[in-house]
Amino acid sequence: METGLSVLIGLFFAVSVYLMLSKQLVRMLLGIAILGNAVNLMIFTAGRLTREVPPLIPLELYTPNVATANPLPQALVLTAIVISFSFFAFLLVLTFRAYQELGTDDANEMRIAEPIDEPAPPQGY
Amino acid sequence: MAGSSVSVDISQAMITAPVSAGDWLLVAPSLLTILGGSLCLMTRKNTKAQPKVGLIFLVLLVAANFGLLVRVLDKGVITMVMGNWLPPFGIAFTADALGVTLALVGSIVALCAGIYGSVTIQATERRYGFYPFLLFLMTGVSGAFLTGDIFNLYVWFEVLLISSYGLLVLGNDRLQLDGSVKYGILNLIGTNLFLIATGLLYGMFGTLNMADLAMKVAALESGASGPLATIAALYFLAFAMKAAAFPVNFWLPASYHTPNIVVSAVFAGLLTKVGVYAMIRVFVLLLPGSRDYMADLIAVVAIATMMTGAMGALAQSEVRRVLGYLVIVGIGAMLAGVAVGSILAISGAIFYAVHSIIVMTALYMAAGVMNMLGGSYKLRELGGLYGISPVFAAVFLVLGFAVSGLPPFSGFWPKIMLVDAAFDDGRYLLAGAILVSGFLTTLAIGRVWIFAFWRGGPEGTADGTVIERVVPAPQLTSAGIWIPLGVLTALVIYLGLQPEWMLQLVTRGASGVVEPFGYVRSVFGGL
Repeated sequence: METGLSVLIGLFFAVSVYLMLSKQLVRMLLGIAILGNAVNLMIFTAGRLTREVPPLIPLELYTPNVATANPLPQALVLTAIVISFSFFAFLLVLTFRAYQELGTDDANEMRIAEPIDEPAPPQGY
Repeated sequence: MAGSSVSVDISQAMITAPVSAGDWLLVAPSLLTILGGSLCLMTRKNTKAQPKVGLIFLVLLVAANFGLLVRVLDKGVITMVMGNWLPPFGIAFTADALGVTLALVGSIVALCAGIYGSVTIQATERRYGFYPFLLFLMTGVSGAFLTGDIFNLYVWFEVLLISSYGLLVLGNDRLQLDGSVKYGILNLIGTNLFLIATGLLYGMFGTLNMADLAMKVAALESGASGPLATIAALYFLAFAMKAAAFPVNFWLPASYHTPNIVVSAVFAGLLTKVGVYAMIRVFVLLLPGSRDYMADLIAVVAIATMMTGAMGALAQSEVRRVLGYLVIVGIGAMLAGVAVGSILAISGAIFYAVHSIIVMTALYMAAGVMNMLGGSYKLRELGGLYGISPVFAAVFLVLGFAVSGLPPFSGFWPKIMLVDAAFDDGRYLLAGAILVSGFLTTLAIGRVWIFAFWRGGPEGTADGTVIERVVPAPQLTSAGIWIPLGVLTALVIYLGLQPEWMLQLVTRGASGVVEPFGYVRSVFGGL
């Protein structure tokens, strides 16, 4: 099952890199959203997959007596999901505001902060 | 399980000894800043109370970090595990000399920025949360310096990143939105790379505790090859992005000149240095084998970073953008320390980080004063500032000498250490690049001084003309400007003249990561 998921994760990464290489901000953002999901799936898979064995410890024992599903990656993924969701929300608003103010969503044309035709620094006085 | 008769021996899973009172200091920096930030958030609309609340908590933060430093110097590395779970299961906070030194210097800089901000930040920007964001940024920075868990380090990175987004867009004008888009997207990709590497590391070793990882990696027979090489490369790319090292540095000059000058000052002081800190932590403490393996690559990146930074600074005519490139030069010098990797080199890198945190913040603050006095950030429009304030001209010259690494100021000693370490390792090119970049930095900052301070007036003013200032600079006399700038400049001079104790501190920090016995023992007790 890890193999299958690994292929899927690879596909996610490929799609997200392809989208992030675009110059349109909206596509980049979609790429970032997919990247976040690819990472989450990867952490989940990295914790090894065990189906249908909840990590419960029987009474009077200190450790589970059978191999159980790993609960830690789920905690990690939960943290990462919350973080990537909030960042995605922020970036969506930011790019929308940038589109409103700058009138473009093409990264190549966003040159207000670094103008192309900036004169060279003064050579002497 | 109320009423259950099963008696449980919790000492098998948890630490039962109470945490000694002094060790609680370990969580104080993060807790204080979260508390202070929340209080500021609640009093958001009371723009008069905001700076007071913010400054009180920033003073407390400095005090807590200072107490922590004293305790670490006294007792060695200290560890506290969240929820008292036995390591490596609980999230550990581990304070060693490296982390605490940077946390202390970082908090001093944040306090200075808080004071400076009480003058330069307008009521509107206060209402939109300058002080809450500043405090939450410090939560992230302190947490990153003090945590002993690599996933937790990622979380603190995100805390400081989201706060920095807030600070960066404060004011909301076109320039800022343009800069923020680039800063935002590239930094988010950087932290995602960090998370990918951490996920793979967890898949390989099944643990996230740094001390545990250091032991497990050291016990690995295959050394630095195989999957570990991939992980190390990903970490390198991720932290290089955070630190603005050469091929992935473009977000820094695109964004650091756009926000309010005090925000730029905090960013230039702290953000990239957290990236360098993470690189030292991961490559020297966790993956020393991979550091050896990648040393040549790191050296090439360091040289390229120093050179792009220095050339970039020479090509700019806007003071803040010159400074942005000078931040990058410093990053290159610190990476040179990581590339060499001996105790001397890492000490030099840590000392350089301390110096760079102080001097870059001070330089941006000075740029703010230049704008107040001369009405512009552009070299063509500035001039005659020496006539307005000779003292300020001297302060800027001191900071300029320090950032170029000239004696007798704070930049001199770390550069000597780095060059010395590079020679010891036979990396003559690296040593040469450190010296050449220092020379080019002197040219770039010297030009700023000559144009803005030394010549009589803006471009086109004939030699010898005396310019009458009709409007005296209103904020020049404000203590909120002079105190932070004065304190940071005094620190720069003091570290230049009296470097011994800082040398001892950084050497202790460096030996703590190069030979991590103390670090591991602190987490795992007597094992």
